This record gives sequence, structure tokens and C-alpha cells, in this order.
Amino acid sequence: MPGDGTIGGGDSRFPETRWSAVIAARSDDPVERRRALDLLISAYWKPVYKYIRIHWNKSSDEVQDLTQEFFTRLIKKDFLDRYDPARARLRTYLRVCVDGVVANESKAAGRLKRGGDAIHLSLDFRDAETELARVVPAPRQFASPESIDDWFEKEWIRSLFALSVETLREECEARGKKVHFRPFEIYDLEDSPSCRPSYEDLAREFNIGVTDVTNYLAIARREFRRTVLATLREMCANEEEFWREARAILGVDPR
Amino acid sequence: MRWLSDDAVTRLRDAGSEPELSGTPYRMLDKLGRGGMGSVYLVEDSRLIRRVAMKVLEAAYPSGDLEQRLLHEARVLAQLDHPGIVPVHDVDTLADGRIFYTMKFVQGRRLDEIAKGSASLPERLRLFQKICEPVAFAHSRGVLHRDLKPENIMVGPFGEVLVMDWGVAKVLAASTNSSSTASGTTESAAVVTKSAVKAPPHTAQGAVVGTPGYMAPEQARGQIAQLDQRADIFSLGAILRFLISGSTAVTATTSPQPGRLSAIVAKATAPTPSSRYASVQDLASDIASYLDGFPVSAYPESLPDRTARLISRNRVAIVLVLAYLLARVVLILWHPR
Repeated sequence: MPGDGTIGGGDSRFPETRWSAVIAARSDDPVERRRALDLLISAYWKPVYKYIRIHWNKSSDEVQDLTQEFFTRLIKKDFLDRYDPARARLRTYLRVCVDGVVANESKAAGRLKRGGDAIHLSLDFRDAETELARVVPAPRQFASPESIDDWFEKEWIRSLFALSVETLREECEARGKKVHFRPFEIYDLEDSPSCRPSYEDLAREFNIGVTDVTNYLAIARREFRRTVLATLREMCANEEEFWREARAILGVDPR
Repeated sequence: MRWLSDDAVTRLRDAGSEPELSGTPYRMLDKLGRGGMGSVYLVEDSRLIRRVAMKVLEAAYPSGDLEQRLLHEARVLAQLDHPGIVPVHDVDTLADGRIFYTMKFVQGRRLDEIAKGSASLPERLRLFQKICEPVAFAHSRGVLHRDLKPENIMVGPFGEVLVMDWGVAKVLAASTNSSSTASGTTESAAVVTKSAVKAPPHTAQGAVVGTPGYMAPEQARGQIAQLDQRADIFSLGAILRFLISGSTAVTATTSPQPGRLSAIVAKATAPTPSSRYASVQDLASDIASYLDGFPVSAYPESLPDRTARLISRNRVAIVLVLAYLLARVVLILWHPR
């Protein structure tokens, strides 16, 4: 892509400020609420599902119900209304809320009482179950509360990155720049490092120069970072939390 | 949505952490390594079409201390113009908010890797002499390194030695070192001043910087104000011990080595600063004397020691003289008058 250093983000080095999804989800504007909740649910549902399965040792059917219940309450503002960003990170707070939902269900010693106003979300639990089989932790990994937090954070970052990759792919396709995404997909997203092709292999496969491969990868990685930061900004309640998360996840200072 | 393995997530985090080079003349080529303070990348300077190393701050911490340390390191390096100290080309802030500096790209091997090889003792000692040169130069400019260790020393393809990682260097008060330089001439204007290089924020009394095994006892106790060049001399002694024995442990020192070399190590790494060499030049001078077969200041010789050293030093001459005398004896016996 000589002469064009962007894919979908224009010239801005960092994402423009959008309304935080955490705040927007509490809005009375139904369009804003819908967009914000869609984002939060898409980023969190798999980590929540996996977390209940592993940490609470529930069956897949039980966890599907609990996940639906948790997000129903999220949509009904039960949780987000009480969230205070000064006291905890959003994902830590949500994990604690998940624990509350599961504990209440256990106390009731039975099935969830999901009434007629229950919301049914279309979530691909089979996909989550397949992923879970690949990330199931060793028992010692859950030896302390910190390790539970770490594991949940790891799954959340996996989910955030997967969302960002998907967004980047869509942007590339919409702008006719699929060839710029493919080397990134093959080189950086490959599961096994041993299967990674060399830059020379990629140059041959796409009939471009090795320098082009280097450039395309650099651009795609930059755009990936931009996409991650844009998503992250929406997932944080305020700028301070966003800076902290950006530093922790990508080591960059977006100020 | 595509499944991302742990490896892929790690790669993406690394890729996402890559310095944002837009708006700079640099182009990313490769990641060279990662240290406590930041990562070092190989980049191309498009203005000069040359490869340089870029050290970028690891910004995963909210404190501004690391920024000050990186800036401090760049400024110290900029003041130390010596072939054994990597030159700084540029310092600035990236679009992603991180501070960086660029420096000469050094292609070579670390001293700890070289020490694992088959270099002979004289070769190792000559390498050590080269390490002493930039350290002595820095001392002459009033700068202590404070973290000398094999991992911070690079040996280039032509055998040149570069002392790296000056992130915890300490600038001494100018008055203590402004009277003389390595060459012994007065050159106060060349001394690095504290106003030119702001002290990093972590040098408060009681703070410990350095690496166990190479750190002087007073440094390990956090006696920052009391540190002088003898702290670096201790580290050099530990490096010397490592080069000779492959270990920094005192128990593994130089017992199989000649007593004079053991004495040099012992003097350089003496627990109290006053018992150590007064300067790096004195230490290097003892190593040169050892290599040339002369007495060393660290080792008072007995008569047998001196005789043994003289024999060792003049081995070839002694053999030649003995051979000549033997030949004369044989000739006299075979052709008696």
C-alpha cells in the first residue's frame, strides 16, 4: 500500500472520543443504549461464560442460563447503575456481579426464575464451548483471587483483540484493502509460531516485495492498535481508566 | 469471529506495543530486545538510509520516573563521547506519547555469551582492558555507571567493546572530578555537570540500584551519597572474576589461577572502598603488568614468587641460553684440546 499509511482510521493517531459505552448504556436514548450494550455484550459474553464454567464448575446448560440472566440484568441497568469507576475497573466489577448472580442462583438451590420479561440473547454458546476446551486452565492457576482476576482479564483481552481483528477485517474489506489485511492475518494471527511463514514466503504468495510485506504488516499493526484503542475507549467509564488500560494492555500512553 | 490462541494474543500485544513511528523519519525493522526500562528496536532512519537502534520507554507504568530515567540515560550518553560508549543520535516523543532515543546499532555479542566460548585467558584479559577504557573515561567526566555487568557489555565484530545501559548512571558533583581526566590533563569544561544531566528520580538515599553479584556492598546498602568510582571498580572486579572463572561467586574465584590474578580480583572487589584500587587506570595497569609478566601492585612478591615470575617471563631466553651452554659443553667434550 505505498503512499497510503492507513486502512480505516484516517489521520488520527488515536481514536476520537466517543461516548463511553458504560455511560451510554445507562442513557435514555434507545439508539445509544442499544449500541453501547451491543458492544459490552460482544466483548464480555465469552469471558463471562468461560469464567462461570471454570470457576463455578457449572454444566454448559446451567451456564447458558446464568449468562443470559447476567446480561439481562445488565441490560435492565441493574448493574451499570451501581458501577463506580473510582472504586474498580469495569471488568473487575462485572466479574463480581457475575459471582453475585451465580451465588444467588445457588442459594435458590435450583433453576433460575426467568420470568416472561426475560431477554433472550442470541449467543453462540457452542463456539464458546469449543474455545473453552482450548483455554481451560490448570487447577493451580486458580489458587488465589489474583489468579482468577488474571485469568478473567486474559480472556477479556482475547475477546477485545478478537473484536478488534474483526473490525479491522471489515474495514479492510469495505475499503478494498483486503491484501493489506491478509499478511497480518497469516503472520500475526497464526495459532502456532512454527507454522508462520517468512516475509519472503508472504512476498511470493501475494506477489509483492519483501519491503511491501514489512510495510503492510506495520500498517496493519498500527491500525489494529488504533482499533483496539477505539474499542477500549468505549469500554471505559472515563479517560483516566482508558489511559490506565491502554498502558496495561498495549504499553502506550494515549494522552 | 476468529479464535486467537495465547501465542497470537501475545504477538498482538507485542505488535500493538510497537512504537508509533508515524511522523518520525524512522521505519520499523525488528525488535532487538526488552529490558527493565524499555524495549529496543531496529529501525531505519529514512533521512540517512541507515539502521539505528531505538530505545523506547515501556509505558505500562503510570509513574513518570521511567521517563526521567530514559531521558537521563540519553543525556548522559550524549555527554560521553568515547568509542567504547554507544553514541546517541536523537531523542524525542512518539505519537503514542512514549519517549525514545536512537543510538548507533551495535552488532555484536554480549560479554556473557563470549565468556562461555573458548577464548584463552590472555584474550579475556585483553578484553577486560578494553572494558576499563570507557569506564575510566566516564569516571574522568564525573559519571558512574552503577550497573556494570557482562550483560551490559557488547563486543563488536572488530573486537571493539561498548559499555551499554547507562540508565542508572550517577553524575558526581563536578568538583570531585573536574581536576583531571583519563589523560591526566586539566579539562574541567569536559566534565558532565548535573545541570546538563538531571538526576534520575530514583536515586534517593536508601534506594538500591544495580545487580546482585556485581554491586558493591555500599551500593547494595543504598548508600547513594557515598558512592564513587570505587563502586564501579568493584563491579569491574566481579566482571574480571566472571571472565576468569565463569562465575561471580567469591568461592569460585580464581583459586586455579595464578596468585597475582587472584590478588587483583580480591583488591578490586574488596568489601571496603578504601581497600580497592583508587582508579580504574590502576586496575587496568595491574592487568597489563600481569599480562607482560611484571609485578602487580595487588600482590607483594616473595623471593620464590619473583623467581618463578622471572623464569616464566623469560622462559624463551632461558631456554636459548641453556641450549647454547649445553651445546658448548658437548663441543668441549667431543673436541678436547
